[in-house]
Formats: sequence, structure tokens, C-alpha cells
Amino acid sequence: MIFDLPILSTLIWLPILGGLLILFVGSNRDAFAKWFALFISVVTFLCSIPLWTNFDTTTSAMQFVERVEWIPQFNIYYSLGVDGLSMPLVLLTTFTQILVIASAWDVIKERVEQYMGAFMVMQGLMIGVFVALDGILFYVFWEALLIPMFIVIGKWGGPNRVYATIKFFLYTFFGSVFMLVAFLYMYFQSGSFSILDFHTMSLSHMAQILIFLAFLIAFAVKVPMFPVHTWLPDAHVQAPTAGSVVLAAIMLKMGGYGFVRFSLPITPDAAMELDWLVIVLSLIAIFYIGLVAMVQSDMKKLVAYSSISHMGFVTIGMFLVYDIVQNTGSIQGSMIGMEGAMIQMISHGFISGAMFLMIGVLYDRMHTREISAYGGVVNTMPWFGFFAVLFAMANAGLPGTSGFVGEFMVILASFKANVWYGVIAASTLIIGAAYTLWMVKRVFFGAVANDNVGTLQDLNKREFAIMATLAVAVVLLGVYPAPLIDVMHSSVANLLIQATTSKL
Amino acid sequence: MNFVIPSFTPAIPEIVLLTLTSLLLVADTIWSKRSEFATYYATQLILLVVGYLVWTSFSVEQVLTFDGSFVRDAFGDVLKLFIVIISMGIFLFSKEYLLQQKFYRGEYFTLGLFGVLGMFVMVSAYNLITLYLGLEIMSLAIYAMVAMRKDNQFALESAMKYFVLGALATGMLLYGFSMLYGATGTIQFNEMAEVIASGNVDHVVLSFGVVFVVIGLAFKLGAVPFHMWVPDVYHGAPTAVTLYIGTAPKLAAFAIMYRLLVEGLPGLVEDWQSLIIMISILSLIVGAVITLVQDNLKRLLAYSGIGHVGFLLLGIIAANPDGYSAAMFYVIVYAITAVAGFGMITALARTGNEFDLIADFKGMNKRNPWLALMMLFVMFSMAGIPPFVGFYAKVLVIEEVVAAGFTWLAILAVVTAVISAFYYLKVVKVMYFDEPDDNTKVEPISNQLNWAVSFVSIALLLLGLMPSPLITLCYNSL
Repeated sequence: MIFDLPILSTLIWLPILGGLLILFVGSNRDAFAKWFALFISVVTFLCSIPLWTNFDTTTSAMQFVERVEWIPQFNIYYSLGVDGLSMPLVLLTTFTQILVIASAWDVIKERVEQYMGAFMVMQGLMIGVFVALDGILFYVFWEALLIPMFIVIGKWGGPNRVYATIKFFLYTFFGSVFMLVAFLYMYFQSGSFSILDFHTMSLSHMAQILIFLAFLIAFAVKVPMFPVHTWLPDAHVQAPTAGSVVLAAIMLKMGGYGFVRFSLPITPDAAMELDWLVIVLSLIAIFYIGLVAMVQSDMKKLVAYSSISHMGFVTIGMFLVYDIVQNTGSIQGSMIGMEGAMIQMISHGFISGAMFLMIGVLYDRMHTREISAYGGVVNTMPWFGFFAVLFAMANAGLPGTSGFVGEFMVILASFKANVWYGVIAASTLIIGAAYTLWMVKRVFFGAVANDNVGTLQDLNKREFAIMATLAVAVVLLGVYPAPLIDVMHSSVANLLIQATTSKL
Repeated sequence: MNFVIPSFTPAIPEIVLLTLTSLLLVADTIWSKRSEFATYYATQLILLVVGYLVWTSFSVEQVLTFDGSFVRDAFGDVLKLFIVIISMGIFLFSKEYLLQQKFYRGEYFTLGLFGVLGMFVMVSAYNLITLYLGLEIMSLAIYAMVAMRKDNQFALESAMKYFVLGALATGMLLYGFSMLYGATGTIQFNEMAEVIASGNVDHVVLSFGVVFVVIGLAFKLGAVPFHMWVPDVYHGAPTAVTLYIGTAPKLAAFAIMYRLLVEGLPGLVEDWQSLIIMISILSLIVGAVITLVQDNLKRLLAYSGIGHVGFLLLGIIAANPDGYSAAMFYVIVYAITAVAGFGMITALARTGNEFDLIADFKGMNKRNPWLALMMLFVMFSMAGIPPFVGFYAKVLVIEEVVAAGFTWLAILAVVTAVISAFYYLKVVKVMYFDEPDDNTKVEPISNQLNWAVSFVSIALLLLGLMPSPLITLCYNSL
């Protein structure tokens, strides 16, 4: 640790306090608001690097732990820590944040200070979700996050934003209150809100089933899984670009993170019994939602549906464990599915973020997201075309990009579990390629479709920098994912042991 | 028979309050001709003195006096302190509002003080008569306050409604009291508890008594199905009075519920618990559903208040000290939040525009971003979304019903919480996403009120970040 700073608290509170500061002193000082937000984001990112460099990859124990009494009457602690499952997500958050701030630079003209403030606060809260080790603290971060997102979509979003934002809020709020009841029940059983204590407490069969279902509702809405996914296309289409990026790149990951942090280790027997439910829903998401994506005429909607489909890989990868153990007799084989799911989360963060930023760039220039309004964009925006095709390839899971690694590992694991799972999951390679490349073809290639497209300006320096950064991340992770796998290896191994050890 | 002079010490705050208020009543007639605000300042000073007296003589032990009719304990002292604090806030908000609406009168404050006295007596009541006495002192003051605006049809109508239904409720309560007395032969809470525990009682009569008592209490709390007066009275009364009746009396009503059911009738837990479960379920549902269609903010807060009562009753259903503490925490938090909500309306009301329609808040973020943010705090705290303190209030009561084995009730409660989130969101939506009808800046009547509104709203956030001291206070007082 540098200067003995409590790194995790810094990562949470620096952006939150910075965001509040912007809110209070930034009105009518747009330039200040932007530069200050960027400054804080960069500082936060720099502060998060020691998490990676000083991370002990040999242990699955929580690291960088902080623990202070918060509400002693109920054994509630302000306790933080990261392991291999959460640390990459924290870095993903701090990394994405810089791009998010930069992407809004010239686009947002109204109440810039509120916009920047909201995103800063959101960043702190998201990091809080990933590092909280106390159930109530986790829940506070989880729920508080809804407030700035609600404002961001509702205020800076598209024409139907109010409907979308209220739907977003109520769906996610509805999902998470069940998680709260589950926490309270477990507190009542164990006398503690510590997540690590939840992991070790014993629960009866019935209790596990109910808690598992409560968690499933909460996390399924967030991921989102079929059939509670309907808020996501609405929210994405209406949200401003940066809002979509945060939603897709990070907030969806909170759902996946919930499964590995809560569902699998706390209710292993229920997870084993009900894994078919998650797997079936994931397969529907992968296959059916992929088809739905294909018929979209709005680019953002297409990417939103493709997000749901890709997140299906995350959830299926996590719950293949039991089938693989049954087939092969060892949990080693399921490692690849779980790690694939984790890599898919990070990779999807980069790729979906990039896709939404890409659409944002087009939207800023043409003020439409209809695929039919475009054609031959690559002729007028060659650099943009280059990046767009790269990200589209990554989205379709082309080897050499990050999209390939996760999907490939999950598909391998699916075949180990059940041939049919594998076949359906692998179909995404075709469907995903179809909708992504078809969109690319219609938007970028061919002759210049109309005068508007003919006068398009290529990327400016700011946009170029954003795209290039993401391109590097996507390719780097695609070519050399080993460091990421190293970081999570011990924790995933430990998680699989927890997930396969009966609590009955 | 020898006469023992009772100890007056435990009742000093009440005695001082009564004396000073009576003096103020006389002084007001003289002052009102010379100095406009003398009564207001005197009122605040009196509350300050009373609050100080409660604070300095904070009792840890339970002390009985006046032949056991009056009790002084930590539970009561905490509630009294909050009654004082909340009343000071109410009067602060009311002053400017009454001036604006051109019916600033000294009586408002003296009546308000008598109401506070009634609440104090209710909180400290330890037999049926004292309880009734306190309830009536408070109710009479409030009836008069609702009717103060003689020129307003709505206000008069709601005063009438309030009075008639209030009298009915009192009748129910008295009827129940008489049965309790008839069955146990005593009006003392602790003796009642002993007699019931001994088993030499007619259980049928007692059960009937409990039913009537619970009905009377539910009336006073505004719980379904005895809630009909709440929206009309809240809506019709001048906002300053709504602010008054919607906040502090809830603490007192909770206190008598606790004293009577928990300290007086613990032996009848099964009887009143099932009644309160029903009332609570109905209140939760009605509070969540009917509120959806309100377009007047005062009515919205009134109906949502019914839902909050449903939540508060969850703590009582748990029927153990932790549950009562959770309910106490809930009622205190609710009162503070309601002060902020009604206070906001009071601060923005102008002559001819009550500023109580949700539509009045359209585009608030453009017209005054700071106040919009404060109102957002209030709404999210009411909805029970962290990090605001309303979240902990809900968590604590839900935790207690889960611990008491009513998990299904907890699930019902969270579902209604989700439904009610919708209408709180609607207010936020109107403020942030709708275009204002006119772009003039909205300002509270005075700078002082701007500070007051901000202070209360930020308190909701700070209490949410650091809920521990208030929770400790509530859990240690029982």
C-alpha cells in the first residue's frame, strides 16, 4: 500500500465527494465541472492500480481489508475487501469511468455539473458494491446507485426517457428488496451481516431454496436474464451515451457478481438443485435474444439485446459447475466455465462500452440511431470505420479479441456439461456474427447513402483517444488474457469448492 | 385516610409547559397589539425551556407519581425530546406561512403549545384516565387549529369531519376503557397487567375491550380501515396545521399504543396482535395503492402516511422490546421526514397559491436546483431508499417481523414499498424531467426557511449515513 492509504475507501469516497463538490460549485462553470471530473477520474484510476500490482494471486482470502464499526446494534460493519472475483471489476470501473467522462465532453450542454456529479457519485457507489463485505453496506451501495442513474436517464435521455427510467428503477428496486429480506433472514439465523459469515453459515434445504430464489430475482433483473430483461432495451435506448456505457459495462456486471458472491457460495445445495433454471434461462437469452437482436432497426437496441445475449454466457458459465462435476467427477473441469464467465464479464465491459460509445459518436453527428439512415460511413469516417469494425468483430467473438476468450471457454465448458448446451451456446457464434456484421455492413460499407452521411466528420482527437484506448484493451485481453486469469484463479478455485460443498 | 403529597419532580416539564403556556395565553392578547412576533418567539423559548428540562432530568429508571397515574422513563423522555424538536420545526415553518396566508394569529402558537402539552401527557400516561386526558387536550387543540381559517370552506369542512370522527374514535376508546376497567377492576396499567396475568378475569369482556381500544387507537394513528378522515383533513387544513397534525402527534399516538397495549395488556398479546396484523396489512396496501392516483401533494403525503403507519405497526406486531424500539425509530424518522415534506410545501406556499399540487413542482430543478435536490432527499427517504435514513427505518421493522417469524408479512411490506416507490418517484420525475410552466425562480418565503428546509433534508442524509446514534437511543430507551 502506498502511504498506507486505505485504498478501497479512497476509491469509493474520492469520486463521491468529488461529485458532490462539482454539484455545489460547478453550476454555470461547465469547464470546471468537466476538467475536475476528469481529474478525479484519472486520480481514482491511478489509485486503483496498486490493487493490481500489489495483489497477492496465491490466496483466495480478502485483501486490502478495511473494517470499522458502523451500526453496532446490528453487527453491521463498514467492511471492505477485494479478492480475485471483485478486483478486476473494480479496475474495470475506474478504467471505464475516464472514458465515460471524456465521452460526454462536448455532448452534454445542459446542467453539466449535475451530469458529471451524477457519474462521479455513481462510480464511487459501483466500486462500493464490488468491495463491500457487509450485506447491509452492499445493499446500501447497490440501491443508492439507482438514484443517480434514474436522474441521468430521465434528464438527459431520449424522448421516451421518463417511461424508461421509471421502469428501470422499479424493476431493479423490486428485484433487490427480496435480496434484502434474504439478508435479514440470514442475519436472524447467524447474528451477523458479514458476507463471509453468510458463506460459512449452515442453512436448511427449504431456507436455501427460498434464499436462492430471492437472490435469483434480484440478480436476474440486474444482469438481466430472460424474462425480466425488458427494462434494459428501454433504458439503453433512452439513456444518454455515457449512461448506456455505465449500464452495460458495469451495472450489468453487478448482477453477475451477485451470483458468484452470494448465490453459489451461500446456497450451494439450492444452486445445485435449481441450476437447470438458470441454465435454461441463459440459453434462451443466448439464442432467442440473439435472434431478437437481429431484427432491430435501432443500433442501440441491437447492441442492448446483444448485451443480454452475451450476459447469458456469464450466467450459464457460472452454473455449469454442477453438471460438469457430475459428468467428470472433478471440479477442475468446471474451472474453465467459471473463469470464462468472469472473463466474459470484463470483456463485455470493454466491448459493450465501445459499441455504445461508437453509436454515440454517430448519434452526435446525425441525431439518429436508425440503421437505415446510414450507409457507407467508412468512406467519410475511415478511422471511425476501422475501430467500429474492430469492435464489431470483438462483439461477434472473433479470435484475437477479448470477446473470443470468454465465449470460447464457456462454450467448451458447455460441451463438457451437456452436448446440447454446447450446441445452443455455440450457435451464438453464428447469430452474434450475423447481427453484428449485418449492422456493420449496412451502416459502414457500401456507397454513401445520403448527403448527411457524405458530410460526416471523422473522429476528433478526443474520440480517437477513447476508441484507441478501448481497442488496445480489447485486443490485449484477447491475445494475452493470462494475467487476468492469474488474478482470479485462486478465488475461482475457492468459489468452486464453496459452490460444491453441501451445507446440509 | 391520610393524604400524601405526591412528588411533582417527574412532571416538572409538563407543569412548566402548562404554566408558561397559560401565561402566554394572557400575554398574547396584550402583545398582539404591539409586537407582531412576540408570541412566536415566546413559543419557541418555552419549547426550548421545556426541552432543556427534559434533557437535564433525563430519567433512566422508571418513576411513577400522582398515585401511579403518571410515569417518567427513558422511553417517554426520548419521545418528548423529539416532540419538542419537531414542534419547534413546525412553528418555525408555520410563522412565515401564516403571515403569507394573512391569518397570522397568536392563538395558533398557544393552541399548538397546548397540543404539545397533551402529547406530553399522553406519553407519560400510566392509567386510562391520564391517557384519555392527554389525548383530549391534544385533540381539542388540533380541532381548533384546523378550524382556524374561518373564511375557508375546505378548512371548516375538514374541521367538522375531524371533530365528528375524532369524537367517535374517542367514544370507541372510552367504551373499550370501560370494559377493561370492568374486567380488571383497575385503571392502572401495571395493575391491569398483573390482574390479567393472574387469570381471574373474564376473557370475553377483555377481548371486546381490546377490540374497541385498538379501533380507537387506529383512528388516532390514521390506520386503515379507520383512516377516512386523514386525506380530507390533511388536504383541507391550512398547510401549517397539516404540518402539525401530520408529524408530532404520531409520536404521541405511538406512545399511547405502547403504554396501553404493551405495558397494560401484555397478557392479551394474541388478541391485539392479530388485530394489528390486519390493520397493518390493510394500511400497507391502501397506503400504497390509493396514493398512486393522487395529484395533490398534501393528499399524497396523507395517503402515504397511512402506508407508513402500516410499517410502524409491523414493529408492534413483533411484540418484543426490539420490535417496539424499531417501531419507535420508525415513527421518529417518519415524523422528521414528514416535517421536511410538509415544510417544503409550507415554505413555498404563497398568497393565492398553496403550492401543494404535484404539478406545482414541475421543472423544479430548473427553477431552484437546490430545493429540488432537497425534495429529492425527502422523497427517497420516504420511499426507503438508501443512503437516506428512511431505509433504516424500514429495514429495522422488517427485520423485527422476520425475527418474529412473520416472513410473509415482511415480503408483503417490501412489495408495497416497491409500489409506493412509484409515486415518490413521480414527484422526483416532475421536478427533474418535466418542463416548468414558467421559468421564474422559486424561492422559499424567507431565507430562514430555506435554511430550515435544507437543514431537515440534509439531516435525512446524515442520519442515513450515521444511523447508529439514533438507533442506540431508541433501543436503549426500552
